[in-house]
Amino acid sequence: MSESTLSLNAATSGLPVVPEWRRIMNRVVGHRGLLLGSSILGVIVVLALLAPWIAPHDPFAQNISQRMIPPVWHDKGTWDHIFGTDKLGRDYLSRLLYGARISLSIGLLAALISGLIGTTLGVLAGYFGGRVDAVISYIITTRLALPVLLVALAMASLVGGGSVETVVVLLGLLLWDRFAVVARSTTQQLREAEFIASAKVIGASTSYILIRELLPNILSALIVVMTLEMAHAILLEATLSFLGLGVQAPMPSWGLMISEGKSYMFFKPWVIAIPGITLMLLVLAINLVGDGLRDMNAPEGRN
Amino acid sequence: MNRILDIKNLQVSLPTANGVLRAVRGIDLHVDKGEMLCIVGESGCGKSMTSMALMGLLPKRAEVTAEVLDFDGLDLLSLPKKERNKIRGMRMSMIFQEPMTSLNPSYTLGNQLCEAIMRHKGVSSAEAKERAVYLLTRAGVPMPEKRLDQYPHQLSGGLRQRVMIAMALMCEPDLIIADEPTTALDVTIQAQILRLIRELQQEFGTAVIFITHDLGVVARIADRVAVMYAGQVVETATAQELYSNPMHPYTRGLLNCIPIPGKTAPGSHLESIPGVVPSLIGELKGCAFANRCHVSTSECSQRTPSLELEPNSTSLHQVRCPITATTLQEAM
Repeated sequence: MSESTLSLNAATSGLPVVPEWRRIMNRVVGHRGLLLGSSILGVIVVLALLAPWIAPHDPFAQNISQRMIPPVWHDKGTWDHIFGTDKLGRDYLSRLLYGARISLSIGLLAALISGLIGTTLGVLAGYFGGRVDAVISYIITTRLALPVLLVALAMASLVGGGSVETVVVLLGLLLWDRFAVVARSTTQQLREAEFIASAKVIGASTSYILIRELLPNILSALIVVMTLEMAHAILLEATLSFLGLGVQAPMPSWGLMISEGKSYMFFKPWVIAIPGITLMLLVLAINLVGDGLRDMNAPEGRN
Repeated sequence: MNRILDIKNLQVSLPTANGVLRAVRGIDLHVDKGEMLCIVGESGCGKSMTSMALMGLLPKRAEVTAEVLDFDGLDLLSLPKKERNKIRGMRMSMIFQEPMTSLNPSYTLGNQLCEAIMRHKGVSSAEAKERAVYLLTRAGVPMPEKRLDQYPHQLSGGLRQRVMIAMALMCEPDLIIADEPTTALDVTIQAQILRLIRELQQEFGTAVIFITHDLGVVARIADRVAVMYAGQVVETATAQELYSNPMHPYTRGLLNCIPIPGKTAPGSHLESIPGVVPSLIGELKGCAFANRCHVSTSECSQRTPSLELEPNSTSLHQVRCPITATTLQEAM
């Protein structure tokens, strides 16, 4: 048969056979944004994980005699406190490292919760269509009409704000809209695909079709949304903490650090610049990774 | 003769905004064990609806009724859903038109090939794999062991359709419904796939309902042919009988549309059937083909014809035409 001879030719033609993982690696390394983003994100994640071992000081230990020491590149800086200390004499670098744990875990958990809610709603709406779709679309548009920050602030003040858990649940309940929209439209595209009909033919249940047949095919799009929502959640957490309704002192949240430093920002700008820059770097890195993953998944980028 | 499938007066209706669309209007069909039945007809004549009704793939709002819908002694309409699912997965299978979307892009071929048989027959994964490799080899897929670990996007359309054929045979079904399986393929691959389906059908003794709009395809593979028009079977006969002695004006019209090398002069106009298919919403009065038929009389639009045995033929040849066979013969 002609097909068999053709493929045999390809196999024996002496062209170097590039393994699959190698091709994927080449594409990742070839994408500058993804490479940069994942490097920064990787460094931050490792530092956050290792915080208890690499932090030079206890992030909660106050020392009034060592207040407001400037960072090391200043004239008055010392190597003991590389990023200086805050108004209570707590080591800034240690607080940043521990703060990264809070930012990352809030970002990840909030994105997971909202991903679960949004994907469930979106897949159901997209697959069943009709009345189910009408109801869920209504819920989605209602959610889109609500300003996230205002609702988050109102809810945070209602429940009292405070703990990391509250912030996670709050953001998780608010950030599912994009998941729902993306899951709905990708599901609609696949709903009529013949492999879904094949699954029905072999007697698969609806839940089996949704979870085993459909979900893996929309997962790549959802992962991209996930990165964006993670960055979104991290920023919102910082905002809430900055406004005093998120993570509470003495927890070392980056938003809280910026908030605590704002009264000094004209004379000691590093108090606010250092957590500000780290926050920007983290959000930028996550967004770069998200964009990069999107490009990796796009068919035009495949070779 | 041993019948695997017996259908009497199958009707499928779909509610639409403009009224009830009666896509299938009383079909009588039967398939014998190991037989290749071709259903031919133009787009929208209800051939896919018939197959979907058999496989239970119609949307919930569709209404399916039949006097008899009998699969090897089991009544498909009254069977509980669970039993029906079992039959659908194990004893009937389906090959779809579009090989590009009929395999799930997220799973390896091995995974998809073995899924149904492991699910329905409780076969171990090693045995399932062995059978998959055997069937892939039989379906002409080169390097079958390697294919099991590959994903659908790594295969060409023709190869994917071969995989689909192998997949349809995995559970040793009694009946395969092939809904235009070669339409999306180019002509050379189409010929290979047709030969393959015919070979495997004869080797495994599987009955096949082959749905197509291409009479050229029918001539190559069919044992028996049913020609459909506007949701009804208008003529059914053995393939040989149908081609040598087409009775219904629609069948003749379709056959006249095909250019014959050597006979049809280059540059000459091909025949076509004037007019369009009638709307399938609501009732049809008289013969559905009357408005496009060149031998129709005023009686045709009054009297609704039934499928009747053609008296002159030796084999089972049925025609749905208000004009009697003898007058038809003279009119042509």
